[in-house]
Amino acid sequence: MGLLALENARLRFGGIVALDDVSLDVAEGTIAGLIGPNGAGKTTAFNVITRLYRLESGDVVFDGHSLRHTPPSRVVRMGIARTFQNVELFPTMTVLENVLVGGHAFARMKRESELRKDALDTLELVGIHMHADRPAAGLPFGTLKRIELARALASKPRLLLLDEPAGGLNHEEVGELADFIRRLRDELKLTILLVEHHMNLVMQVSDHVTVLNFGRTIASGPPAEVQRDPQVIEAYLGGELEPVA
Amino acid sequence: MSAVQTREHPALRRDRLAALGPLGKPVNLILVGAAVFLLIGCLSSQIFAQQTVVGLAQGAVYGSLALALVLIYRATEVVNFAQGEMAMFTTYVAYQLTTSWHVTYWLAFALTLLIAFVFGMGVQLVFIRPVQHTSVIAVVIVTVGLFILIDGVVGWVWGADIKFMPAPFGNTVYHVGGVAIARQDIGTILVTIASVGLLWLLFQRTKLGLGMRAAALRPASARLVGVRVDRMLALGWGLAAVLGAVAGLMAEASEYSLQPSFMQPILLYAFAAAVLGGLESPVGALVGGVMIGIFLNLLGQYVSFVTSEIRLPFAFLVLIVVLLIKPTGLFGKKKVRKV
Ligand SMILES: Nc1ncnc2c1ncn2[C@@H]1O[C@H](COP(=O)(O)OP(=O)(O)OP(=O)(O)O)[C@@H](O)[C@H]1O
Ligand SMILES: [Mg+2]
Repeated sequence: MGLLALENARLRFGGIVALDDVSLDVAEGTIAGLIGPNGAGKTTAFNVITRLYRLESGDVVFDGHSLRHTPPSRVVRMGIARTFQNVELFPTMTVLENVLVGGHAFARMKRESELRKDALDTLELVGIHMHADRPAAGLPFGTLKRIELARALASKPRLLLLDEPAGGLNHEEVGELADFIRRLRDELKLTILLVEHHMNLVMQVSDHVTVLNFGRTIASGPPAEVQRDPQVIEAYLGGELEPVA
Repeated sequence: MSAVQTREHPALRRDRLAALGPLGKPVNLILVGAAVFLLIGCLSSQIFAQQTVVGLAQGAVYGSLALALVLIYRATEVVNFAQGEMAMFTTYVAYQLTTSWHVTYWLAFALTLLIAFVFGMGVQLVFIRPVQHTSVIAVVIVTVGLFILIDGVVGWVWGADIKFMPAPFGNTVYHVGGVAIARQDIGTILVTIASVGLLWLLFQRTKLGLGMRAAALRPASARLVGVRVDRMLALGWGLAAVLGAVAGLMAEASEYSLQPSFMQPILLYAFAAAVLGGLESPVGALVGGVMIGIFLNLLGQYVSFVTSEIRLPFAFLVLIVVLLIKPTGLFGKKKVRKV
């Protein structure tokens, strides 16, 4: 079994079945893509893994341990960090402080000055160190996404959950992001679960792709295979796997 | 040409004001104006200077309690109606320590702050946490209930008669160029500056402070980056109670007497101060407190019908006017929920 597994996960909201018997296995040191049309249940899967939502049945297993009784604030200490589709930063804090909050959970024993240095290094890694002392509110969406990425990385996770990291990025930046995600895997030895509508990006970087539709897994396999799957083509209206701008 | 077309676009106006630097913000203009007014007043009249100093000391007390209200408002999104009574209770604790158990004043002061901290956390744990996620009105009702509960318990334990405590700064009065300044007033101002300064350092310079800010700003995402939000909220209540305790002790020292109701008017001034500054703004609470303290004293001095009886209604007038003209207060920002 891999580093992370969803086992027969099931969750409903009223009449909507957001996750319908979904199983997922992410091998350590790989990039797993999770795709599907709007409302397929991708973000819900993230919320289940980070314990914001409670499963009706099934389980989340991380590194051999069930997360069934883990409170959300412990998830990050176990080595799971995430970013959010709509960005959930602390708006009145500076960019650096936002990242520092991410580091705190991890480095209990570290000195303040070390944490600051770590946070600055992380900001440099994602390329926004020049904004370190500006308040997060008011910066462009693409920059906010990078702050979130830095905040997630600051907790030194083993598993990184990225919810639409390419949102708000232009074509060139998406290319850089692809390289960056691969570097995270290869140099920092991170395991990554990537939700993204930008198909080129997903197909380029993923080692394995799972496709959800209406809460169900409709395909799972290497990117090339998934791309040819008739059910997947059907799910994406018009049958083309091109990014929708 | 119609007037509409000649009116400056808001964005342009903002740019033009921004070009003036910090002075461009209306708040800062008001503050600088007020400071200049006070300076000229103090230099030209001894009585004016006298009232300003007294007002400053009172304002420091209002400001501390207002800051306590703001801390809780930011963390729990309610106004804690029991804040004044919590401060009153801790002042009675100090009374017990100094008068009955003969602990020296400043040791009793330190012990009281410690007890206040534990008390504040306890209040959050026992009374607030169980209702916190139900509704805002439920929390408000609980704080009103706490008001009554503390009032009753203190009256029952210590009685309603007036008590006297040792004066921390003595009764010395200095005369500076014809202006009489009580040592107590200087002490109050310095103690307030020290406690607010320490609090500021805690919030801005420590891991714990950062965690508390994160928990108050965005509890859900704070949880996900590993902040133990419940613990942080309890700590916030503890710190607010400590600030309240400082306000209570200094208020007692200026009034030279202690009664179960002594914090009630101060709570109302603190409300007015917090609203004037903007309920979300710690700096605003302090500035608001000082402004109200000085304003009321000058008013009492120069406007004959503003007697001590009408002081409190005047503070309310300030509150209502601010709510009507600028509900977010001097320093408040409009809430931006989604970044
Ligand atoms: N808290 C909630 N309450 C009610 N319904 C919810 C909740 N969260 C998700 N849903 C529903 O569950 C379904 C899956 O939503 P989810 O956000 O997981 O989709 P998604 O795959 O992330 O879509 P998108 O690509 O648009 O982000 C949707 O129908 C959504 O409306
Ligand atoms: Mg989503």
